[in-house]
Amino acid sequence: MAFEGLTQKLQETFRKLRGKGKLTEKDVKEAMREVKLALLEADVNYKVVKDFVNSVTERAIGQEVMESLTPGQHVIKIVHEELVNLMGAKESKINISPKPPTVIMLVGLQGAGKTTMAAKLALHFKRNNKHPLLVAADVYRPAAIKQLQILGGQIDIPVFALGDKISPIDIAKASIEYAKKNARDIVIIDTAGRLHVDEDLMLELESIKKEVEPNEILLVVDAMTGQDAVNVAESFNQRLDITGVILTKLDGDTRGGAALSVKAITGKPIKFVGIGEKLSDLEIFYPDRMASRILGMGDILTLIEKA
Amino acid sequence: MGWFEKLKESLAKTRDNLTQKVEAIFSFTTQIDEEFYEELEEALIMSDVGVKTTQHIIETLRKNIKDKKISTPDKAKEELKNIILDIMKKDKNLSIIPGFLPAVFMVVGVNGVGKTTSIGKLAYYFKNKGYKVLLAAGDTFRAAAIDQLEVWSQRVGVEIIKQSEGSDPAAVIFDAIQAAKSRKVDILICDTAGRLHNKRNLMEELRKINRVIEKEGSNFYKETLLVLDATTGQNALFQAKEFLEVSDVNGIVLTKLDGTAKGGIVIGISNELNIPVKMIGVGEGIDDLQEFDPEMFVEALFETVK
Ligand SMILES: Nc1nc2c(ncn2[C@@H]2O[C@H](COP(=O)(O)OP(=O)(O)OP(=O)(O)O)[C@@H](O)[C@H]2O)c(=O)[nH]1
Ligand SMILES: Nc1nc2c(ncn2[C@@H]2O[C@H](COP(=O)(O)OP(=O)(O)OP(=O)(O)O)[C@@H](O)[C@H]2O)c(=O)[nH]1
Ligand SMILES: [Mg+2]
Ligand SMILES: [Mg+2]
Repeated sequence: MAFEGLTQKLQETFRKLRGKGKLTEKDVKEAMREVKLALLEADVNYKVVKDFVNSVTERAIGQEVMESLTPGQHVIKIVHEELVNLMGAKESKINISPKPPTVIMLVGLQGAGKTTMAAKLALHFKRNNKHPLLVAADVYRPAAIKQLQILGGQIDIPVFALGDKISPIDIAKASIEYAKKNARDIVIIDTAGRLHVDEDLMLELESIKKEVEPNEILLVVDAMTGQDAVNVAESFNQRLDITGVILTKLDGDTRGGAALSVKAITGKPIKFVGIGEKLSDLEIFYPDRMASRILGMGDILTLIEKA
Repeated sequence: MGWFEKLKESLAKTRDNLTQKVEAIFSFTTQIDEEFYEELEEALIMSDVGVKTTQHIIETLRKNIKDKKISTPDKAKEELKNIILDIMKKDKNLSIIPGFLPAVFMVVGVNGVGKTTSIGKLAYYFKNKGYKVLLAAGDTFRAAAIDQLEVWSQRVGVEIIKQSEGSDPAAVIFDAIQAAKSRKVDILICDTAGRLHNKRNLMEELRKINRVIEKEGSNFYKETLLVLDATTGQNALFQAKEFLEVSDVNGIVLTKLDGTAKGGIVIGISNELNIPVKMIGVGEGIDDLQEFDPEMFVEALFETVK
């Protein structure tokens, strides 16, 4: 697999770095060249990689090398720590409104996994003794409403739908009223997939936001996204001031560098990850696991962690 | 609006796209120096071309510039275009028109890339060319996948073969081939469930479907299209490799090129796996599918955005 590459390259690089004591500029720069390539191959955005590598290089030069590590391993330890820091604290909870219902809106590009995630979140809350309501606000994609209804049926959660002839803004508005009347304490709005450069559809999201004042606006991002993740995340964040990010399809073998790009560009926490098509395939986000995955070097890291 | 215009329009929407970048490099640089190559490398990587293919392209460019004694950025630009064009076109059959009839098209790919939508558009494309088209709802797994394809079949005005959700996809394809024969259909297009390429059992299922097609449709022209999302990064290469293992992928449909993603990953796939891009998706509408034209693709990449 792709993951072995970096470990091997680093070991070759590190063989030359034998000295103990402080990390020299040369040690750090040599190791960073490989780190940079690894991050790029993991689809971290080019500019994010540049900034990250520069700041970590600065931090690392002159540091005392730990007794049990080679200089190269010490650099990796620092890189890993910084990656974890950048990706934020573990387990970011959903903001529950003191005054029900809590409104959650899912947004993102076409096919990212919003509808599936809406149902996964509903199941998650149901298991925590909440009473979610799913809202079918995608009136564009063929059979989008039916898809949400089927998923809702599988987990026995009501789905609020008004067909595809009503505007998503009105559907969202009406769903809040419905939730209040029917004692549903969490409203999860599934919106249609859209491009961040689609002016009309981005305006529509702004209108829904204005109308229902969601407690959470979560950007759903496919973990396989490449360099464009920064443009997407930046646009959605600028227009909607999102409250968090959800990564999907992490059950694949992608390194998922988009996670770092999106976090770096928006500063918003990654709250959940999707790890499969089943509705129970939902996990909270672990920054340390994600960092190891992006670096593609679990084995070296366990070695370093033991040190 | 043609896809070229569309592409240009969407390219124009992003600040730091490859086009502007490369254009800037070429117009502001008066000499070909290290900085020139570095910026070029950045531009290619930012388009998802990938480190490996980017290095290959830059090395080739360096060599050609030296061999051909190229000294102006303008000539270097032409050279760069030619290198990418060469990768995209070399020994490839870019046509989606079947070699003979009847034909069966299998459409495969990971989750959410645009398989079902592309099938709808493709059916419309073939119907307009005068072919009799039939669709097969081979995704019996995802919620409302069958309904989704059915909506498309109505939009296009073609028939569809389906069973209920949860049934065996191979059985649906079996039915569809029989129907294609008895109804004298020209082109049968089969939808399949989205599957990640690292899921062994799901990939095996594809193999099984392929066996049904080999057996029941032995006299059919067979084409397998891999659908790739232009937004996808380096993982697309692994996707292509794994799908090649279980089926004879002979073409790529590159979707969602109407966004700001460049789809540069297909250059790498073309380079390493020799699978041609045949069609591109530039929107969600019925006619948002275009034939892939490598010349225009590369031209669009280097067109000045105003
Ligand atoms: N393997 C895997 N597949 C997923 C995951 N989440 C969603 N999917 C699949 O991805 C595809 C797209 O998911 P949807 O939920 O329909 O995506 P969407 O964002 O609602 O799509 P649009 O409404 O068309 O924009 C489906 O095949 C889902 O089953 C995940 O975590 N892992
Ligand atoms: N902007 C844009 N959206 C597209 C394009 N092609 C497909 N889509 C959208 O992408 C989303 C997913 O498309 P589908 O056709 O359902 O994808 P799929 O591969 O069949 O998905 P699964 O069956 O769930 O794996 C839908 O919202 C489509 O409308 C395209 O070329 N451009
Ligand atoms: Mg959806
Ligand atoms: Mg589909």
